[in-house]
Amino acid sequence: MTEEIIIAGFGGQGVLSMGKILAYSGVIQDKEVSWMPSYGPEMRGGTANVTVILSDERISSPYLKLYDTAIILNQQSMDKFEKTVKKGGVLIYDPNGITQHPTRQDIKIYQVEGYRLASELGNKKVFNMIVLGGFLKIKPIVHLESVIEALKKSLPERHHNLIPLNKEAITIGMQNLFSHKLEHQSAVNHS
Amino acid sequence: MSDLKLMKGNEALAEAAIRAGADAYFGYPITPQSEVIEYLMAECPEKRTGMVVLQAESEIAAINMVYGAASTGKRVMTSSSSPGISLKLEGISYLAGAELPAVIVNVVRGGPGLGTIQPSQADYFQSVKGGGHGDYKLYVLAPASVQEMADFVADAFEIAFKYRAPVLILSDGMIGQMMEKVELNDQVERMSDEDIIQKYGSWATTGKKGRERNIITSLDLQPEKMEARVQALQKKYERMENEDLRYEKIQCDDAEFLIVAYGSSARIAQKAVQLGREKGIKVGLLRPITLFPYPKQQLFKLADQVKGILSVELNTGQMVEDVKLSVHHKVPVAHFGRTGGSIHTPEEILEALEENIIKDGSIRHH
Repeated sequence: MTEEIIIAGFGGQGVLSMGKILAYSGVIQDKEVSWMPSYGPEMRGGTANVTVILSDERISSPYLKLYDTAIILNQQSMDKFEKTVKKGGVLIYDPNGITQHPTRQDIKIYQVEGYRLASELGNKKVFNMIVLGGFLKIKPIVHLESVIEALKKSLPERHHNLIPLNKEAITIGMQNLFSHKLEHQSAVNHS
Repeated sequence: MSDLKLMKGNEALAEAAIRAGADAYFGYPITPQSEVIEYLMAECPEKRTGMVVLQAESEIAAINMVYGAASTGKRVMTSSSSPGISLKLEGISYLAGAELPAVIVNVVRGGPGLGTIQPSQADYFQSVKGGGHGDYKLYVLAPASVQEMADFVADAFEIAFKYRAPVLILSDGMIGQMMEKVELNDQVERMSDEDIIQKYGSWATTGKKGRERNIITSLDLQPEKMEARVQALQKKYERMENEDLRYEKIQCDDAEFLIVAYGSSARIAQKAVQLGREKGIKVGLLRPITLFPYPKQQLFKLADQVKGILSVELNTGQMVEDVKLSVHHKVPVAHFGRTGGSIHTPEEILEALEENIIKDGSIRHH
């Protein structure tokens, strides 16, 4: 098993930490992992993205052109990364703030309304965990227990009281992932 | 039970320095390696092992602190990034001349000048062809993973003390900023003066009670004596070539074409090899782990087997010169690389191999 993922959005959305939790979950399950952030001046208030790879084998390049899965959290990232999903791959996005929805027909496209669901849950910070839940629903490459273990290992102890909330957020994400491909295509056809 | 962690390359290197029993770290922050000093400051190794961590007022001060501490036989490390290393070069030349062991880390920027902070391998020449003034070389280790960022610290100290010579760990923002799974060594105790004398002989300025004084100096003003010193250094470099060359061959056994790449480029090139193999192209990868000593003979031999070689580097063509020197024109050699902080994709590397090496054996010279 090798899963090559790009997570992309705004700085501050928890893009890098979502990737870190996913990578840490992989370590807990004894997988090979890499977490390669884009970094530089563009991160301040701009876009942030991270390439995460989980594999049963030694990982070659941590830097890729094409991905099995793209998790996209803003329009700029949609413009940049929709085309980088491998044929037959998966694109997951939060429609909040998206004006140009994805149009590719050779990949599987899913929506998870992370932003809305996090607001309803009363804590916008768990937005990224809701999206992660959506990803794990379609790509169960790590167990929920490993993710919880990863949260324990990467959060400072004073924040461990937030773990149940994060768990709830992941579960909400799992329950709220929807394939929007058909609907969207019909919308495109009408225009 | 091993200590398995998810860490950035820079953090793994810093933690490995503490665990390797380093006595001191002197540095000055610069992206993309500032995590090294940040991690060391946060960890307070003074409390863990007694290791000194000091932020100097400049890179030049830091390298001269290294010189001073190394003169007393201590295990000392410094780290910086390209322009900071340029500032340190005078001190590095002195370390080599005075035969002092030290570990220097360069997490390269995309220069020249101040340079970008993204991955780059533009300091190859600076690292392996002297860099500073005078007839000296550095033993250069090029890690290609977070694990190697950790492992190479202890290795570098061993080599530095074995030869009484500065050792460079040459990395970049990809290996430094990336997180991977890393297994850390157990804590090694810092060595006492007596341990050092017993293991490496009495050369350091540890106090002359009961013996002749030891003198640390980079020069001898008499030309004959100075020539002897320089020749002695060359002997040392020959020994490094004979005893401590390191490289890795990946899918070379049946290879018809060869990619040569180190560090971050080797990781990307490994994926290019995989993509090439999926297309039926018999391509292998030679990864120099030490850049000096360089796997010259291995390349010379492989040149009898393969039809052409592509040197892949994040620069405009530096290591390719050593590849060409190694293969004695037996096969075509070309260079491919991005620079300035741009990174080649595995697909781009494969395309370059197909265009420059495989296509009717012709070659585009650079």
